[in-house]
Amino acid sequence: MIEARALTKTFRDKKRGEIRAVDGVSFRVEPGQIYGLLGANGAGKTTTLRVLATLLQPTAGGATVAGFDIARDAQEVRRRVGFLATSTALYGRLTARETLQYFGRLNGLADAEIAARTQRLAAELDMHEFLDRRCDKFSTGMKQKTSIARTLIHDPAVMIFDEPTLGLDIMAARTIVRFVRECRARGKTVIYSTHIMSEVEKLCDRVGIIHGGRLLAEGTLPELRARYGQQDLEEIFVAAVGPPPPLAP
Amino acid sequence: MNLANILTVYGKELRDMLRDRRTLISMIVVPTVVMPGLIALVVALMVKTTRDAAAAVPTVMLLGGEDSPVVTAALRAHGGLLVMPEKPDWSAQISEKRLRAAIKIPSDFDAVIARGESASVQIYHYAGELRSGNAERELRRFLDGHRDKIVAARLAERGLTPAAIRPFEVVAKNVAPAEKVGGNLIGGIIPYMFLLLAFVGAMYPAMDLSAGEKERGTMETILCSSVARLDLVLGKFLTILTVSLGTVACSLVSMGLTLAIGGPLLAHKISGGGGVAARRGAEQITAMTTLDPLGLLGVLGLVLPMAVLFSAGLFTLSLLARNFKEAQSYVSPLTIVIILPAVIGMLPGVELNARLALVPVLNVSLAGKELVSGAWPWGHLALIFGSSCVYAALAVALAVRTFNRESVLFRA
Ligand SMILES: Nc1ncnc2c1ncn2[C@@H]1O[C@H](COP(=O)(O)OP(=O)(O)O)[C@@H](O)[C@H]1O
Ligand SMILES: [Mg+2]
Repeated sequence: MIEARALTKTFRDKKRGEIRAVDGVSFRVEPGQIYGLLGANGAGKTTTLRVLATLLQPTAGGATVAGFDIARDAQEVRRRVGFLATSTALYGRLTARETLQYFGRLNGLADAEIAARTQRLAAELDMHEFLDRRCDKFSTGMKQKTSIARTLIHDPAVMIFDEPTLGLDIMAARTIVRFVRECRARGKTVIYSTHIMSEVEKLCDRVGIIHGGRLLAEGTLPELRARYGQQDLEEIFVAAVGPPPPLAP
Repeated sequence: MNLANILTVYGKELRDMLRDRRTLISMIVVPTVVMPGLIALVVALMVKTTRDAAAAVPTVMLLGGEDSPVVTAALRAHGGLLVMPEKPDWSAQISEKRLRAAIKIPSDFDAVIARGESASVQIYHYAGELRSGNAERELRRFLDGHRDKIVAARLAERGLTPAAIRPFEVVAKNVAPAEKVGGNLIGGIIPYMFLLLAFVGAMYPAMDLSAGEKERGTMETILCSSVARLDLVLGKFLTILTVSLGTVACSLVSMGLTLAIGGPLLAHKISGGGGVAARRGAEQITAMTTLDPLGLLGVLGLVLPMAVLFSAGLFTLSLLARNFKEAQSYVSPLTIVIILPAVIGMLPGVELNARLALVPVLNVSLAGKELVSGAWPWGHLALIFGSSCVYAALAVALAVRTFNRESVLFRA
């Protein structure tokens, strides 16, 4: 379960002054649900997810993730979260097996347990042939599978995905989408950020439209369709966010 | 703080680092090449200068003495000098180092001596110039010998022996151990090399484990695991320290082998030439290549907290950078800060005192000179070790603080 309560994060930037990257965002995600965070570049998706994963501390407001407060029990939260982002890379000089072992140990697992889980994940993700090869020699698909296994090694109850399909080809992106569904099927609480409308339509049980750090609209897809009187998610998005600024002459 | 997690991070980072060719180059190849190279360079330079100076027969000019055939004939017959006839520009020749020295025999010298009176002989030389100094020394040797002969003759005339005016002899003997001499020549450089290599060894891992990880995107990956940031930063710091000390260890082995094998070999080769100069050269080489092993251990004891300081300091600095290149631009200017105090420490006349004992790098460089020559200034050593430990602890604390700043880890 994830519950964000008026979550706010500001950055101080030398040139831009104070940036309200996340501004009073509240939402709730239940186990077995995929919550889609839909927003353009710079909307505040990454910052929101990093705060939920306790990588950043909120400036105001709070959140409970998997039953623990993100400010008070950051380590307990991280123990129960799997975080996969475009920006989370693998250690190139470790093999896939060593990677899983490292993250397993850091998450407090015993070696025997890690070995068993590695076997299971390798079978599920078809990783056996490259399990003992170094990650810097991997293809994109192999890296992706290893990253997925890395987020799953400690069997987290909450999964956080930050634009995981960014820059991937169609087949690789499909693997991710299938994997996200799989997480839901196993009863995990899933939050998924993207700027791609079709991914939200395919995947998400609930959608939050974020813009300028603010959550402008929220609900299930049918609810949003009814509220904005539009079938197409893109039209709903534009209606929620407001028209784009006029093109410069 | 969780020791198991720190060790997990440490084990992984060390394995990761050791799989990196660049770490191995900086840890093993650099010291094994630099140490013998440096020692060979210093020794070769010193041998060459002393040998050249000693081997060349100095050219001197004889001024005057046309009416004193006894002394001039004796001078010409003296083996260690090449005597030139007088030319008007002798003074300029000495200044331009074309002529080593000149000797002026006053007029009627032989006659004055024969009358049993006293005369004054002048030597002109280039003060401070090594080869001119050799010429002057040789001239004095000749004149001393000539004078002794005259004195002996005059004494004999009066029925006395030379002992009448020379009731006792004075003999000075060096009792300082060979290490002391060695310590002064090469000992100033060895401790400093360890310091420099501790710094150089920490540089690459410090940048790689901070800015390098940010650049490759693995920093975020590891931060979202459940390991505490304190454990993470300590594990990383220990890795950097290990590589730094590994570099020092490699240089120690390399230096030991260089001195153990190269020293006697060189000494043998030089003494094989025969002659006084060659023997002196060989003695000097043996002295230079003999270091007090206990003193060396003391140097390493002082280098240890400095390695901690370097590792934590370089790590903190590199953390501020967004990528490896930026980290390099932060760290490179720092090498000057390391080299400058050490150069000051190697200047002759700069001696260890309580105030300098608190100046990092300079203090170890100065103490190292003493230690390898077998002296143990305990008070200063305690001051150096204590202050270095304080600086090191502050640096580690700073690294931990910096690592906990999210504006550093997630710089836009
Ligand atoms: N570490 C940071 N320091 C300063 N500003 C930041 C930082 N991280 C993000 N921002 C700013 O916060 C805003 C939201 O960014 P982000 O959360 O990355 O958006 P998204 O993921 O939706 O593209 C942007 O204006 C971005 O420039
Ligand atoms: Mg983003």
